[in-house]
Amino acid sequence: MPFEVQKMTTSPVSESVPDPVAAQAEKLLAAAQAKQIAASKRRKIADKAGNVLMPLLTIGLLLAVWEGLGQAFPGGLPSPSMVLMEAQELIFNPFYDRGGVDKGLFWHVLTSLSRVGIGFGLAAVCGVLLGSFLGTVEWARKGTDPIIQVLRTVPPLAWLPISLAALREAQPSALFVIFITSIWPIVINTMVGVRNIPQDYVNVAKVLRLTPGEYFFKIMLPAATPHIFTGLRIGVGMSWLAIVASEMLLGGVGIGFFIWDQYNSSRMSDIIVALIWVGLVGFILDRLVALLGQYVSRGTAAD
Amino acid sequence: MSKPILSLENIYVDFERDGVISQVLDNVSLSINKGEFLSIIGHSGCGKSTLLNVVAGLVPVTLGAALLENREITGPGPERAVVFQNHSLLPWMTVYENVRLAVAKLYGAKENLSQLHDRTMRNLELVKMTHAKDKRPGEISGGMKQRVGIARALSMEPKVLLLDEPFGALDALTRGHLQDTVMELHDRIKATVLMITHDVDEAVLLADRVVMMTNGPKARIGDIVEVKSPRPRDRRELLKDAHFQDCRRRIVQFLEQHDHAVSVAEPA
Repeated sequence: MPFEVQKMTTSPVSESVPDPVAAQAEKLLAAAQAKQIAASKRRKIADKAGNVLMPLLTIGLLLAVWEGLGQAFPGGLPSPSMVLMEAQELIFNPFYDRGGVDKGLFWHVLTSLSRVGIGFGLAAVCGVLLGSFLGTVEWARKGTDPIIQVLRTVPPLAWLPISLAALREAQPSALFVIFITSIWPIVINTMVGVRNIPQDYVNVAKVLRLTPGEYFFKIMLPAATPHIFTGLRIGVGMSWLAIVASEMLLGGVGIGFFIWDQYNSSRMSDIIVALIWVGLVGFILDRLVALLGQYVSRGTAAD
Repeated sequence: MSKPILSLENIYVDFERDGVISQVLDNVSLSINKGEFLSIIGHSGCGKSTLLNVVAGLVPVTLGAALLENREITGPGPERAVVFQNHSLLPWMTVYENVRLAVAKLYGAKENLSQLHDRTMRNLELVKMTHAKDKRPGEISGGMKQRVGIARALSMEPKVLLLDEPFGALDALTRGHLQDTVMELHDRIKATVLMITHDVDEAVLLADRVVMMTNGPKARIGDIVEVKSPRPRDRRELLKDAHFQDCRRRIVQFLEQHDHAVSVAEPA
């Protein structure tokens, strides 16, 4: 009996005596595994192709419809081929500069971006500080909450006349409009983040007797970072909205003014090119802030 | 044992919510000697965590006083370091930075950078976590997190170390390892420890005395069991130890009695 048991357990894996059933099974298994791997590879390739191909296909389709409509109704909105023809220099040479406002789109966008950089930067610093304060001090939050809720709904351009009257010049007025538009989501989100700091972290700070300054930098800011960056992302999007609109009214250099200027000289193709720039730059700004947020708050979400 | 380092004198704690007062602790008095390991056990919700929070200074007493070396406890402080139940490591800091934060806060004014570094590493070594010092809490296991939590608390060189159900969220195997670590540390650095637990074996294994609390509301100390088993203790050896088994049985009996008391009292 023990001899038989031993034989039974060893025979399937013994190498000296090839077992035809085991060999067959191994072959089948290998084939099945190869099939599995091939299928997963195909899925991955199809996935990647879909990620690239589908957007390209959609864009192509839209362009074709637009082109068709442009051909069917001449004199209306220029078709893509017309845009390509009329705005050739604008598309292919964004860096030209003939003095005054006759510049490539790069320079217009750069001017607008620098305004956003200053206005939004100020809003970020002030917004985070104010939000942290309001998130910590209960009575201050209660006192200011109704004011903030009302002010944050005021459209960017509605601030322009007031800021022009107060500041008397175009440049600071534009900065103020960006500042006042983008600060509210930063304040509100920072406040929420600070109010939601887990009691555990607060207890750690208490046991260590951290000073208010230490608490702000070591606990409050890092703990609220995900919320702060949500606010910053909304804020940067809103400031990009605000700058284009306010430049239209204020004049000078800037992508907003450029669009208005081309409208006045009925250059529709240039406007379409400028719109694409505005959209792409807005998208990049949003991604940049999101990436920065991911980098800064790495590990914070994981627990 | 010497005179008490920590004493709780006639402590009452009430919580108020929507105008309703609930009495959590009802006249609790207790003293802990220097170097003693005290376990507090009771059913969940009985107020044992509240008791620990009173000592930590995180919960104010309604009546009575908690004294550490004859001075009243009025707020939290590093001389009563807490190992929290859910580790409470700061997730944006590495393991090293979490301990370093405590070290820098307490010794930053007195010691230079290399001394602070040595102190941090020494405490990580105590819990055998130096190998993961650059990892973030999200990248290590629950047991490892709790080890770091212990290292952070020890780095404050507390007069009393407070453990708030420190192994409650861990699996049995990890829990056993950590209990051994805590026992070893207690033997080595002669720390005074107050530990909350709801695990009978854990309470008896680690403690010199096990304090049993009655069910809340109005929890009080029901009984105290003195565990005289010699140290260092080995969990397998203790299974054969009659005294250990006796302590264990008395606690289980107490808890079962009070479990019964609740189920009878509740429908009324």
